[in-house]
Amino acid sequence: MSLLEARGISIAFGGLRALDQVGFAVDRGRVLAIIGPNGAGKTTLFNVVTGLYRAQAGEVRLDGREVTGLPPHALAARGLARTFQNLQIFFRMSALENVMVGRHLKERRRLWAELLGLPSVLRENRESREKARELLVFVGLEARAEEPASALPYGALKRLEIARALACEPSVLMLDEPAAGCNPVETEEIDRLILAIARRGVAVVLVEHDMKLVMRISDRVLVLDQGRVLAEGTPAEVRSDPRVVEAYLGRHGLEAARAA
Amino acid sequence: MAELVQLLFAGLTTGAVYALVALGFTLIFQASEVVNFAQGEFVMLGGMVTVFAYQAGLPLPLAALLAVLVAVATGVLLHRLAIEPAKGATVVTLIIVTIGASILIRGLAQLVFDKQFHALPAFSGDAPLRLLGAAILPQSLWVLGGAAAIVFGLWLFMERTLLGKAVRATAANRLAAELVGIDTRLVLALAFAVSAAIGAVGGILVTPITLTSYAVGTLLALKGFAAAMLGGIGNPVGAVAGGLLLGLLEAFAAGWISSTYKDGVAFLVILLVLFALPHGLLGRRAVERV
Amino acid sequence: MSPGTRTKLVVLGALGLALVLVPFLLPSAFHLRVAALVWINATAALGLALLMGLAGQVSLGHAGFFGIGAYATALGPKHLGLDPLLSMLLGVAAAAGLALLVGRPILRLKGHYLAVATLGLGILVHLVLVSEVAITGGPDGVQVPRLVLFGWRVAGPEVWYAITGIVLLLAAWIALNLEDSSTGRALRALHDSEIAASVAGVDVARHKLVVFVIAAVYAATAGGLLALFNRFVTPDVAGFLRSIELVTMVVIGGMGSILGAVVGAALLTVLPQALTLFHDYEHAVLGLLIILFMVFLRQGIVPGLAGLLVRRRPA
Repeated sequence: MSLLEARGISIAFGGLRALDQVGFAVDRGRVLAIIGPNGAGKTTLFNVVTGLYRAQAGEVRLDGREVTGLPPHALAARGLARTFQNLQIFFRMSALENVMVGRHLKERRRLWAELLGLPSVLRENRESREKARELLVFVGLEARAEEPASALPYGALKRLEIARALACEPSVLMLDEPAAGCNPVETEEIDRLILAIARRGVAVVLVEHDMKLVMRISDRVLVLDQGRVLAEGTPAEVRSDPRVVEAYLGRHGLEAARAA
Repeated sequence: MAELVQLLFAGLTTGAVYALVALGFTLIFQASEVVNFAQGEFVMLGGMVTVFAYQAGLPLPLAALLAVLVAVATGVLLHRLAIEPAKGATVVTLIIVTIGASILIRGLAQLVFDKQFHALPAFSGDAPLRLLGAAILPQSLWVLGGAAAIVFGLWLFMERTLLGKAVRATAANRLAAELVGIDTRLVLALAFAVSAAIGAVGGILVTPITLTSYAVGTLLALKGFAAAMLGGIGNPVGAVAGGLLLGLLEAFAAGWISSTYKDGVAFLVILLVLFALPHGLLGRRAVERV
Repeated sequence: MSPGTRTKLVVLGALGLALVLVPFLLPSAFHLRVAALVWINATAALGLALLMGLAGQVSLGHAGFFGIGAYATALGPKHLGLDPLLSMLLGVAAAAGLALLVGRPILRLKGHYLAVATLGLGILVHLVLVSEVAITGGPDGVQVPRLVLFGWRVAGPEVWYAITGIVLLLAAWIALNLEDSSTGRALRALHDSEIAASVAGVDVARHKLVVFVIAAVYAATAGGLLALFNRFVTPDVAGFLRSIELVTMVVIGGMGSILGAVVGAALLTVLPQALTLFHDYEHAVLGLLIILFMVFLRQGIVPGLAGLLVRRRPA
């Protein structure tokens, strides 16, 4: 039994079938990449699995328990964290505070103690701040911890989101285009980061367009096209699958690839 | 039956005024995403300027025309002096700006005019018409007819004229409209002017029935806002429907339940509707993209 | 020292200093009475600042909760023979109860829909206060008995100045504690992105409800204080204009700034007192000032001034 399993996920938006019987599974310490052309349904699949959209059919199981349709915060409490393709940063807060929000579920949050500013709350603030700082070190942002998030460049924000997602010590991390818009140096950093996260035993699911990155770090690859699963397998299998090549390069590309 | 017809007409008459206020809201909201809480003041200006110009000896049609012009000038000034300088501010800030404008206009009206209630003579006499046993004021027909004419005229303007299309383009996507050469500043000023004119006409038509004073604008604005939201903001058909519906509910609640809480009906209804449908009756439910 | 603790000390220090200095600078009974009004309004504005500034949720009907606090304090002794202070506490509980009841469906709404729903709530409360003449005394208002604590008749501008000042200081302390806590961070987070907050594990609906109830408690407490202080309440305390005044205090002072709420409250309380000299022009001038502030000092007074100081400081 896999740590995270999705089966038969189907969702339509006003007649348009965005996902049709899609499923995947991922284990601890493994990296699963979801690829496919624009509009294939990758982000929609993320949104269904993380509870932002409600699927019309299918089920999601996390650690053996059915979690289909739970709200995002309940899924987070069960160990599911994610980042976003279009950054969802708390721009009014500092980089450090962004990550501290990720500690939310690890904090005790007794309202009365908080309102009275009891020592236990101050202690907890300190603990959260230290943990958050460690995570900023891990993603290489410790130097900018106190800066407002709005002052950080794009590549740094991508890593900030990863740090925030890791703050709740998830068992599954879902990354939606972690390297989009990053230069080659930044991409390489993210590459290293993802492998380090997987080595800690976290199951990583990522959507990514950068094929080099996908092929380097994934254990398995799921290919979506027009809301359906086109292929699934190891990077080598997927790379040589003619259906995948066709979907990505078109028929001409396929012929060109054969001729070559 | 007679009572039903009576209440129906009373409801449609006030509803028509709410509909005009809501339509004014919608027009400005579409063009600028600003909810203009000063919308009720245009209705007040329509009534008050007509009253005072008429008392000063102007013939009624000229007094009414003057009132519309004053309201339009106020609307354009409001846009030029308060809304445009606050461009890019948050929703709350813009709401407060328009409420500040509403307080300012009301304060000025109280200085220029007075604090009394005023009436206008009905346009075509006070002799009630008999319909299925109910007594209908001829002025009610003026209000309904006038409102219908305005709605139709606005529709024609939006659908058939180049300027109307420019307004719709600006509403749909301001940046894109600017890129194809539409002067969106002019369009916004126009939206304020037309909104003000619509409100003023509503105020003129209804004053013979409901009387007017410097302070009538606030409650009208709030109810018009509720009507616009009831229909789903930014939807002109929804605004008119919401206005008429509120007017009818108010009339029937006052007639059959209690007239004490007549003014609460609009707000009770909007709360209940929004609890069930968070985007209004005709509003679209947007899927949040992330 | 953590940044949160530093902010706490600065804000409470500044407030405490103002509380101590005002009686020396403006010792007349009239000035003390106006100052007490400022502290009362600031308490209500503080709660709204948490709702609007911290969590980003607007309420255009907050005077409704203020009115519930004020009227409970007046009506408890009148109809039930209760002690005024106990009545005030019951009023605060009632406001919290109402907020708890309607908070969840109302706070699901966003933007203008939230604005119109809260506006409607406030207007309905006001309408009940105006209409239930037999209970509330209607538009004419109702008397409030004098507060007596253990045989001590609470009276005199100095005493009320001290009481309202201490309540404000407590309210500010609690607000600052909330800001510097897990719940406070969650509220700031959902202000920026509800989706990201919920994915990070924040129960968004619950947190919005918590801050809504806290804001209602602040408003009702202030309302009860006003009733005890003025010994008379009218439905105006719950009216739409009153709600707008509260929102304007928060925005003029600077949303999200505790000190800003106090400055905004001071401005909007003192200004009408000054303008009564030009009675006829009061509304026009007030409207004009609101527009000018919103257009030219959009961030609000306190953040605006802070920004200026930071820019002036040599790098």
